[in-house]
Amino acid sequence: MHRGSGDWKMEQLKGRIISKGKSEGEALTTTQPISFYGGVDPNTGEVIEKGHALQGISVKGKILVFPQGKGSTVGSYTLYRLKKNGVAPVGMINRECETIVAVGAIISEIPCVDKVDISKIKTGDRVQIENGTVTLL
Amino acid sequence: MYLTDEEQRMLDGEEGYAARKSMEILAALGDIFGAERLIKVGSVQVAGVSYHNLGDAGLEFLNELARDGKVKVLTTLNPAGMDLENWRELGISEEFAAKQNLVIDAFTRMGILISCTCTPYLIGNLPRYGEHVAWSESSAVTFANSVIGAKTNREGGPSALAAAFVGKTPCYGLHLDENRVPDMHVQVNAKLAKLSDWGALGYAIGKKAENKIAYITGIKEAEVDELKSFCASVVTYGSKPLFYMQGITPASETVQAPKDTVTIEESDIKNAYDNINDQVSDIDFVCVGCPHCSIKEIAEIAELVKGKKVNANTELWVATSRTAKQLADKRGYTQIIEASGGKFACDTCMAVAPLKGRFKALATTSAKGCFYSRQNSMKTKMGSLKECIEAAVTGKWNS
Repeated sequence: MHRGSGDWKMEQLKGRIISKGKSEGEALTTTQPISFYGGVDPNTGEVIEKGHALQGISVKGKILVFPQGKGSTVGSYTLYRLKKNGVAPVGMINRECETIVAVGAIISEIPCVDKVDISKIKTGDRVQIENGTVTLL
Repeated sequence: MYLTDEEQRMLDGEEGYAARKSMEILAALGDIFGAERLIKVGSVQVAGVSYHNLGDAGLEFLNELARDGKVKVLTTLNPAGMDLENWRELGISEEFAAKQNLVIDAFTRMGILISCTCTPYLIGNLPRYGEHVAWSESSAVTFANSVIGAKTNREGGPSALAAAFVGKTPCYGLHLDENRVPDMHVQVNAKLAKLSDWGALGYAIGKKAENKIAYITGIKEAEVDELKSFCASVVTYGSKPLFYMQGITPASETVQAPKDTVTIEESDIKNAYDNINDQVSDIDFVCVGCPHCSIKEIAEIAELVKGKKVNANTELWVATSRTAKQLADKRGYTQIIEASGGKFACDTCMAVAPLKGRFKALATTSAKGCFYSRQNSMKTKMGSLKECIEAAVTGKWNS
């Protein structure tokens, strides 16, 4: 059930666990793939890829919703650097996860889910991830 | 994915932290890509070595793994952010060097060979035809899959380390013959006259075969150095890390050229140069060795610079493995190149050293080198070894 329909039941999206764990936060959504290496500043969490829809916006503390990663495999270490610098997303939701984000999420212990219809999650939505389940609060 | 009892014990943490973390990575990748099981690998090549890319957090991660992680197979290392001996001469700061050395210490504790080269196949990590390996470093992965005929996916640093600690990798992607079938026929009609033409060819094919496996025909001769350069370029500019070259690469007789055909003409090679080259004439940095120079290439450089002087406003770097340089020392090539004012950059390269802001314009033989140097805000010129050495001597690009 969608929010605002007058029904209290929250919408749940079933996905696949990439990196286990539970977290909750505000969604930051993009339809574009993200290159963490070179595309996100590891010290501030700001997206710095020129022309990216999220350019200038920080991923810090967000549930980051994007189709998949792209670019250099060093991006897994960028996610780890974001985490250690306290500016990582608190969770990630992908349409189809690939190696860079999967490995980055596991070594950084950031909960991550994929195989979710990410078009249903809008920037600003309150979202909870618990293992393979995404709940729109 | 099916796990053996031993693998499950590692995943449960019974063999320590590094083994558990490694199994978590391998099991997740296996599930994502639908692998049925793990398979043994003959060797591992680990990327993600430069402190420039790792930062303190990456160093911390490696130190955590090094507490109880030991590699189970032959494992070699990609280039670091600096020459591990001659870093001062290359303008690397004390602070960076100290951090880079801590990264190297962590890899040493894991039992990894400190080879620091993107050409492991030239220094003793040479798989056999058909052997499963787990390599990172896209140019080496492409060389292993195509020129050698070994089987590897394009691993990242952590997934390669995981494979080294377990001695296995999930069996998916390019480990399976059904995923190694070429899906595009590329007929090359252009003439390839010099080394950089192979980089240009890689650009042209990479763009046309985006995320595809090319079956290449029309090439009669290819030296290892030319294939090394082509491998680096074709995967940087878009193809899968596997190609077949009829009559040149060993598996080319085992598959058919697909019907879907594109051609590469002289105009495509010219177009590649036009895209890779910027408008610039003053050159302050000449770097050859992307991928790392073979001993044969070092000999050619020595021949070209003999008796000449590198321009006062230009630096000439020869990027290579320590192993190749040791041969060059014995043969006298090193002395010739250093007498001209050229510098050896062993263990490192222009793609991973902290070079942003240090140079304005690069001349190189490498299409891949141009791609990464543009990310370091340099203007780029690609040409033959002769043109690059001329640029080093005159400080200008002439053509």
